[in-house]
Amino acid sequence: MKRHLISAADLSRGDALLILDTAEELARIADRPIKKLPTLRGRTVVNLFFEDSTRTRISFEAAAKRLSADVINFSAKGSSVAKGESLKDTALTLEAMGADAVVIRHGASGAAHRLAGWVQGSVVNAGDGTHEHPTQALLDAFTIRRRLRGPRGSQGGGLDGLRVTIVGDVLHSRVARSNVLLLSTLGAEVTLTAPPTLLPFAVDTWPCAVSYDLDSELPKSDVVMMLRVQQERMTAAFFPSVREYRRRYGLDATRMARLPDHAIVMHPGPMNRGVEIAAEVADSPRSTIVEQVANGVTIRMAVLYLLLGGTEFPAVAS
Amino acid sequence: MSAGSADRGSWLIRGAEVAGPGGRATVDILLADGTIAAIDTGLAEAGAQVIDAAGLIALPGLVDLHTHLREPGREDAETVETGTRAAALGGYTAVHAMANTEPVADTAGVVEQVWRLGRAAGYCDVRPVGAVTVGLAGTSLAELGTMADSAARVRVFSDDGRCVADPLLMRRALEYVKAFDGVIAQHAQDPRLTEDAQLNEGEMSGRLGLAGWPAVAEEAIIARDCLLAAHVGSALHVCHVSTAGSAEIIRWAKSKGWPVTAEVTPHHLLLTDELAVGYDPVFKVNPPLRTAADVAELRRALADGTIDCVATDHAPHPVEAKETEWSEAAFGMIGLETALRVVQQAMVDTGLLDWAGVADRMSVRPARIGRLTGHGAPLAVGGPANLTLYDPASAEVVSPAGASKSRNTPFAGMRLPGRVVATFLRGAPTVLDGKLA
Repeated sequence: MKRHLISAADLSRGDALLILDTAEELARIADRPIKKLPTLRGRTVVNLFFEDSTRTRISFEAAAKRLSADVINFSAKGSSVAKGESLKDTALTLEAMGADAVVIRHGASGAAHRLAGWVQGSVVNAGDGTHEHPTQALLDAFTIRRRLRGPRGSQGGGLDGLRVTIVGDVLHSRVARSNVLLLSTLGAEVTLTAPPTLLPFAVDTWPCAVSYDLDSELPKSDVVMMLRVQQERMTAAFFPSVREYRRRYGLDATRMARLPDHAIVMHPGPMNRGVEIAAEVADSPRSTIVEQVANGVTIRMAVLYLLLGGTEFPAVAS
Repeated sequence: MSAGSADRGSWLIRGAEVAGPGGRATVDILLADGTIAAIDTGLAEAGAQVIDAAGLIALPGLVDLHTHLREPGREDAETVETGTRAAALGGYTAVHAMANTEPVADTAGVVEQVWRLGRAAGYCDVRPVGAVTVGLAGTSLAELGTMADSAARVRVFSDDGRCVADPLLMRRALEYVKAFDGVIAQHAQDPRLTEDAQLNEGEMSGRLGLAGWPAVAEEAIIARDCLLAAHVGSALHVCHVSTAGSAEIIRWAKSKGWPVTAEVTPHHLLLTDELAVGYDPVFKVNPPLRTAADVAELRRALADGTIDCVATDHAPHPVEAKETEWSEAAFGMIGLETALRVVQQAMVDTGLLDWAGVADRMSVRPARIGRLTGHGAPLAVGGPANLTLYDPASAEVVSPAGASKSRNTPFAGMRLPGRVVATFLRGAPTVLDGKLA
């Protein structure tokens, strides 16, 4: 593994499988009465969050704490950052405090990349602008593998041949970027489905297919991943109305019925129920949304463990 | 030092190569009393200081149509003095100082201040560019005629950094400056198509998650302005052309005989948007770096004269303006000290342009577009002794630390050919042996 996790493109198939397999080992600990491991005792993980994201922050916090790391939560709101301190000065401050890893969420694409140039410790990208969110892609891959390949039999295996359809605002989605890169690395066939306005300019150069028609993609999909649509996109003329978006790209029960029986429905959260996903879909047995949250902690444990080179591998007696 | 007060003496440049329409010749050049006194072989010293120019190319002093000197207002980034020192080291004898200072150069008072600061520094002639609209706000015309009549004798007007987007205002500006032979230099950028834009819209912007800056945002304004210039019969100059499509539109406008000229920056002749991959904002510039296909087409257009000249768009910024996230960083690159070397790499060493062509694109034509007398004349007896001696055989890695107060050069660490050995302004050396004289 490299020292940082900034882009899913940094991960070879071998790296990605190592993380998934490590997460699989760690998942067994979650079933134990005592969930904590001593591996990162004495190490400091800083959660540096420039955007509000309680879900992602507590997921990283839980992951670090289960590995016995010390966790410092640094929220930009109300801090020196709000008073105009630059990212570089914040980085130097954290450096002086001896952070072994910095988990960064930032509104600017490339912020994690820049931070990595200013600190000695490992940098984990927890979402940078409209660029990437690699741990989300890892937890999605983990969830797909567990659901469709089984938790036991899947160890060491990729997602070869699985067809994944990602639906919605790809243009502004860091989740979509990371997933396209990671899932294709793992052998999945990814199709992006969105109105043309919400697809990046040169999407034809990405390792995936593109379709404007959700209905024709659903019967072929093993996985359908719905992306959050922000209502403010409407004012920038990306689409005419929420009503029209829902009609053409929303996943409701009727559309869900077009999926093969084994297919699963994913969403990175937070959902807009009634916009991109109907409540009966979100709450259906096909939905992996709650599992994704649980798997998020496990995957982030694996990432921190591997990046910080934990010494005591949690050999689990089975 | 200041212009005229330096000890000009007389200088004999021995054995320089002069590139002219008839090919290259090795000659001696005698500078005396601010003019070129003689060009011949075997000239005698007669008390002149001698420079051995064997292997050096003599070019007419370079003229930059597009420089940001930042003074008044942002003296932390550059001053007229530091900026013109950088210009001299780059082989320039005249620069046009853009109007986006604080306060904006939209009155006779500000343009005269900049002009006087240039005279006081004395490293090269500073020609202020006047703003087209008050405060660069794009709503009402600045007092263009008053700036033209001022001591600074402004002839080039530009809201550079911003586009005169309002078509009616652009039409009026083009028409109005006809009265005093002015030219409107347009920063072609449709504001709506580039809201929050960060990087050329293409494969890189999509991959990096940076908001795209489409080529059409530049090309649509250029097309509109060419049509306006033709309609009102006024001179349009297009700043920093950056796309293949822009070059094609300008080629078309010129084929109609329309009064359109254009410039390209050194960085758009050499660098591409792929450099943004590390999110280092030293590569963030307006207009953005484009693709390799655009670079190839810009080179071709400069070679065939569709694009008239090279202009640096030297844009100094303090360190903190670039040591940030990409989207927070300032747009712009410095370029005065490296321009000629980049042009050698991109145009001469590739066989696209000879040294006579370089003299034309970096001195003769920009002086003509800027309505600048005393500069941009091919080296000839009786002409002003503004010239640059350049060693094309040299090559060195670019250091970010130069004479400019700022260090935001995208070429740092790159090995570029060439070295400016000496620059003369009206017979007085501003640079000797590669150092400020």
